[in-house]
Amino acid sequence: MISLSHYLILAAILFAIGMVGIFLNRKNLIVLLMAIELMLLAVNINFVAFSHYLNDLSGQLFVFFILVVAAAESGIGLAILVVLFRNLSSIDVEELDSLKG
Amino acid sequence: MEFKTVLFYIFSAVTVVAALRVITARNPVHAALFLVLAFFNVAALWMLLQAEFLALALVMVYVGAVMVLFLFVVMMLDINIERIRQGFWNNLPLGGLVGLLMVGEMAAVLSGRYFGLANLPPQNMPANYSNTKELARLLYTDYAYPFEIASVILLVAIIAAVMLTLRRRKDNKAMHSSDQIAVKAKDRMRLVKMAPEVDPPAAAAKEGDQA
Repeated sequence: MISLSHYLILAAILFAIGMVGIFLNRKNLIVLLMAIELMLLAVNINFVAFSHYLNDLSGQLFVFFILVVAAAESGIGLAILVVLFRNLSSIDVEELDSLKG
Repeated sequence: MEFKTVLFYIFSAVTVVAALRVITARNPVHAALFLVLAFFNVAALWMLLQAEFLALALVMVYVGAVMVLFLFVVMMLDINIERIRQGFWNNLPLGGLVGLLMVGEMAAVLSGRYFGLANLPPQNMPANYSNTKELARLLYTDYAYPFEIASVILLVAIIAAVMLTLRRRKDNKAMHSSDQIAVKAKDRMRLVKMAPEVDPPAAAAKEGDQA
């Protein structure tokens, strides 16, 4: 039988993969956004697993709201990406230094 | 080993391999397609957890909408892959170390005796239990206000995405109907009182008499 810790460890592996992806793809904003999606997915797996094993549906509702926010985030992120590419002709994160921060 | 256990290991293995390919693929299109594979397998895992509504919503919302958006953007941009890949492996030692540390710590905590089957046995719902119906009952009673806020967030995202990418061309000859309606007659024509340029007819008649 699969216990809760199996799902939690799988989610931890997915979250770590997403974070390593952020480390690796410093020059590619699109894959950076995909890595963020992977991390959100790992969090959602945690929520659904806890919701199942604790027999509480609130966890699944939270996943529903996280999906809404993640969809809005990726839509706006991709729109910003398109505007950025129109102005800079590049999606390199290192070149985003016009604010001198 | 039970059949569900075998399915769990297959789905999670494919998910992890697809996630690894997402972050290492040379081509962003391949990365997006591997992300679709990862989402699909996670949806299958949620089916194993008896979260049917969320599994189907994940397939429809993510695989159907968000990933198509990603593919659109990837194909719209003209990316130089060679330049993007420069220095790709430089950050791997640090990133890999942090990632392995996180997984190791989580595994050390979670594989202890507190999260095992003895403490939390899996729930087995009756055959006529409807996950979607129960979710909807909660969503429209206890979580009605968050539900409304979620819809407002989506509306804001729509307007923001449209306004960010809207481009106004200089040579656009489209008419602005609001400007046309707002025009008043006195803005267009001005009546000016001025002295006559030619002499009045009475003076002209007198000149004619003299001739």
